[in-house]
Amino acid sequence: MSGPSVIQASNLTRRFGGLVAVEDYSLDLRERELVGLIGPNGAGKTTAFNLLTGITKLSSGRIVIAGEDMTGRAPNRLAQRGVARTFQNIRLFADLSVLENIMCGGHMRYGSSFFPTILQLPSFRRAEAKIARQARDIAELTDLAAIADRRAGDLSYGDQRRVEIARALAGEPRALLLDEPAAGLNPAETETLVGLIGKINTDLKVAVLVVEHDMHLVMGLCQRIQVLNRGKLIADGTPAEVQSSPAVIEAYLGTRRSAKTHA
Amino acid sequence: MSKNVPEVTRRRSATGLLALAALLGVGAALVYAAQATLSSYVVTLLALMFLNIALAVSLTVTNGFAGLFSLGHPAFMTIGGYIAAVLTYPPARKDFMLPDLPAVLLTNQIPLLPALLAGGIIAAILAFLVGLPVLRLKGHYLAVATLGLIVIVQGLATNWSGLTRGGSGLNGIPRLTDIWWCFGFAALAIYVALRLKFSSLGRAMMATRENAMAAELSGVSTYRVRMLAFVIGAFFAAVAGGLMVHLITVVTPKTYSVVLAFNLIAMVVIGGSGSVFGAVLAAIALTGISEAARPLEESLNLYGLSQVIVALALILVLFFRPNGIMGGAEPRLLRRLF
Repeated sequence: MSGPSVIQASNLTRRFGGLVAVEDYSLDLRERELVGLIGPNGAGKTTAFNLLTGITKLSSGRIVIAGEDMTGRAPNRLAQRGVARTFQNIRLFADLSVLENIMCGGHMRYGSSFFPTILQLPSFRRAEAKIARQARDIAELTDLAAIADRRAGDLSYGDQRRVEIARALAGEPRALLLDEPAAGLNPAETETLVGLIGKINTDLKVAVLVVEHDMHLVMGLCQRIQVLNRGKLIADGTPAEVQSSPAVIEAYLGTRRSAKTHA
Repeated sequence: MSKNVPEVTRRRSATGLLALAALLGVGAALVYAAQATLSSYVVTLLALMFLNIALAVSLTVTNGFAGLFSLGHPAFMTIGGYIAAVLTYPPARKDFMLPDLPAVLLTNQIPLLPALLAGGIIAAILAFLVGLPVLRLKGHYLAVATLGLIVIVQGLATNWSGLTRGGSGLNGIPRLTDIWWCFGFAALAIYVALRLKFSSLGRAMMATRENAMAAELSGVSTYRVRMLAFVIGAFFAAVAGGLMVHLITVVTPKTYSVVLAFNLIAMVVIGGSGSVFGAVLAAIALTGISEAARPLEESLNLYGLSQVIVALALILVLFFRPNGIMGGAEPRLLRRLF
């Protein structure tokens, strides 16, 4: 089941002054894999995401995406190479419509440059038609078709999350990184989301890395789980392996002794 | 036309083109009628209004679409104005007005259009050079940098007297512009802005304005998109400057100052940041108000009254309609055409 690597990150480290936010984090995300990244608050999960997407500069380490070394490249270059993500605190183009948000995601794949745009060249028309068609298809898939013309900023939290995912899909990513996609969703919305993530993974064949606090969701959804604690990877394995790992139990529940001191 | 363009798209673009031509025709008829019936003073005023429309619309691309806060328009207008003026100036008069010009410039004279383009291209290159470091920074550094640019360009125009005749400026510039040039240029600016707005590239600009990080992670090079918006604005500003000096036949280092930057920003904000139609309306309204206030200023001896009115209008709009008259949208008719 392990296809070729989509994201091969080795020994990613990020220091902020004296604080080591992420230390020696490695990830080998393979085609069609669905991996969970969990850890207590402040473990460095979001920093790891920021390193993987180029937002935060690496102190050291190496990132290879689909066989090409992308270490130190600008975030938009990593995105063009196939890494898409969503954000813990949703980041939409609030003043644009749902469909326009999704179409923005397709710009890097099909968008025309200035002169073809102004001169309305046939290549521009074809590209615009392609972007619009693709955006409509994705809106259909993500159940956004009915609200495609609404202003993104006016939507409910759950809908906004789906718009973010839809926009990411429009860039035709090889890997999708989801930062706490279920945060703030009600159980029904979470269920829909789980179904959508499964569809993205199996039907669209996009590798997924998901940060999530909802253990139930992560354990049920992911084939492999990584656990971060204080910036370090303390476990990497199947849900069953991770759940029985002493290091993980300690990170989440504390040791017997420290439990006693707290009591 | 290519086979791959869907039939519907092709048909829509054909009717769209016809409707655009019709719109342009109506505008041209109005200009013709104005020229035939109104006094030359009013016609010149209308020409200036068209230039203000072009300026406000081009600033809408920079400030409205891409969300940059550029105050640089007066600087680019000054550059475009001087370059076009020097290039079209009659050699016979250059001998005593600008005797220190390099020989090539001293003996040659070129038509208006290439002179305008030269000014526009040089301003665009300058914008590119300014943007190179500044557009990498976040926040309002561009506002500060472009404010500085106005001062630098004014300083250059004042002190580089061999090329500009210093503080007294250039007068007797041939009156090569008329209302048709200005009308055509405003139409071009509106066309380019709307084409951009309803395109993938324009959406990438607006995405950059709305959330730069999300745009970047959607694969948009926010740096390049901002650069493009800034350079387009500079080009149009410089050409407008060139047209304007050939209409009012004078240019001095002080002709285009910070006050003008403020007026243009007011037009963009009042119209609704990002709305081309709003910018057009606001440009018409503010040009009209300034002109209407002029006789009042003179009879009441209240100079600066029009500035006060513009500032007041800006405050009122920000208070009652913080997103401007159009709030970033275009009327349905325009949306259907583009």
